[in-house]
Amino acid sequence: MANGNGNGTNGKGGGALAKVSTALDKTDEKVRGSQAWNSIFRPGSVYRRGYTDSPRNRSYVIMNNVLYHLHPVKVKRHAVKVSYTLCLGGLSFFLFILLTVTGIFLMFFYRPTAASAWNDIKTLETAVTFGSLVRNMHRWTAHLMVLTVFLHMCRVFYHGAYKAPREFNWVIGVILLTLTLLLSFTGYLLPWDQLALWAVTVGTNMMGYTPVFGSSVKFVLLGSKEIGNDTLLRWYVLHVLLFPFVIVIFMAVHFWRVRKDGGISGPL
Amino acid sequence: MAEVPEHLLKRSQERRKALGLPTGEEGGEAATPTAEATPAPDAGGGAGAGDITPPATGGGSSGDGGAGDSGNGGGDTGGVPAHLLERSKKRKAALAGGDAGAATAASGGGGTATAVAAPPTPGATGPGGHTQRLLTVVKSGSIQQTRAEAQDKVHTWPHLVVIEFASMLILLAGATIFSALVRAPLLGLADFNKTPNPSKAPWYFLGLQELLTMFHPMVAGVTIPGIGLGLLAVAPYIDKNPSVKPTDRKFAIAIFSIFIMMWAVLVIIGSFFRGPGFNFVFPWNDGIFFEL
Repeated sequence: MANGNGNGTNGKGGGALAKVSTALDKTDEKVRGSQAWNSIFRPGSVYRRGYTDSPRNRSYVIMNNVLYHLHPVKVKRHAVKVSYTLCLGGLSFFLFILLTVTGIFLMFFYRPTAASAWNDIKTLETAVTFGSLVRNMHRWTAHLMVLTVFLHMCRVFYHGAYKAPREFNWVIGVILLTLTLLLSFTGYLLPWDQLALWAVTVGTNMMGYTPVFGSSVKFVLLGSKEIGNDTLLRWYVLHVLLFPFVIVIFMAVHFWRVRKDGGISGPL
Repeated sequence: MAEVPEHLLKRSQERRKALGLPTGEEGGEAATPTAEATPAPDAGGGAGAGDITPPATGGGSSGDGGAGDSGNGGGDTGGVPAHLLERSKKRKAALAGGDAGAATAASGGGGTATAVAAPPTPGATGPGGHTQRLLTVVKSGSIQQTRAEAQDKVHTWPHLVVIEFASMLILLAGATIFSALVRAPLLGLADFNKTPNPSKAPWYFLGLQELLTMFHPMVAGVTIPGIGLGLLAVAPYIDKNPSVKPTDRKFAIAIFSIFIMMWAVLVIIGSFFRGPGFNFVFPWNDGIFFEL
């Protein structure tokens, strides 16, 4: 395109082509030079004063963004090695976000009653756009999250990262693992199919053997003597509201402590 | 012992000579100037490293009294022994020529950690026309060394953020593709009259269900997981070994690995090797009785 003028020597056909070409070039120049174009496509235009790569701007990106601001401006060099963390903690967090997003989508189509729960899911799978995909994602990523949280714990143990000054953050981590299991388990009942019902029956029967207040624990969990409508509502609220609420608080403490305890643990 | 900077010692000695006081070298009461001139916890000793200001103003209580002490009052450990206090009192009485008020004030303030001098009265000067004096010389060890150790660091943006972003995208892509291909199970409507055989808990609880075949439910379902989780939570308080090198913590790694392996084996047996009636089966003979 840029050498359109040079084509003029090739003959008449070439001349016409060259004319079009120069016209295009001119338009191109005009458009790219226009204020509108520059205000939209200017590199770094999301930043009011543009973005140039400098240590100062690299710091500002982190400091001036509420999400990135979870991170310090600088991290230890070894901390960004994928082979050290395998991204497990971060991915667990990302899976939590993914589960929240897909979960909210599912909530639009689900009623936690014994009469409608199963049908709602059947309808979601067959009649809702992307319904099946989102439900599958919610289920598979939930299993994956249990796995990543568990593996994250193993990683932390093998690196000795629970040692001083990070002892308490390890305790928070164990609580988070427990909450993850509880979140997964409470969600297990919600489809209200045979798998859900009997898996939860097995689980809650076990909890019923808690010493001294076994039967009370079971009653509180089930909302009645047997699994039923009340259980479903109860576990639904636990699953979509209470446990996410609690886990977010503990996650906040977990992330905050990572930074307060001096970033992630040092190299071995 | 604390190091008093050379120039301060020198100045102190010059002043002492000028005032006709015994200097450290001549023996006298002060053992060595280095040893005596320093500790901060005691107001008298701390303030008395250098110059002597006569207790001219009544308001200058502890600081002034301390200045008169000329660096003799400081105990090495901070607490001033009684005999030194006694000596300091005598010395002050001698210097102040009977200004007993200042002396008592000094002994009263001896235990406090203040080294605050009275603000110099405008126009009032000390002996030799001095308007300044050395308040205290602080032990070198008591100064916090705040010099940061140089660490090998990189900018979070872009080095860390780009990795996080890439790993999220990969995970998201993987999850989407997997979910598009593999359907999540949805069995028939829950039916209380039809117990599936076998009935299994979610996979992460299958280790517990496996334990149920060996122990009383209270042990398998509550005691063992409770103790396990409890031990896990207090692990950092049990393992006091500060080293993170794998070679230094063979025992901890071994214990943890056994714990994890045992759990994994129980989950795998519960998932794939348990068939109808929760009896042991081989999945290659009888098929897999497992739903996620």
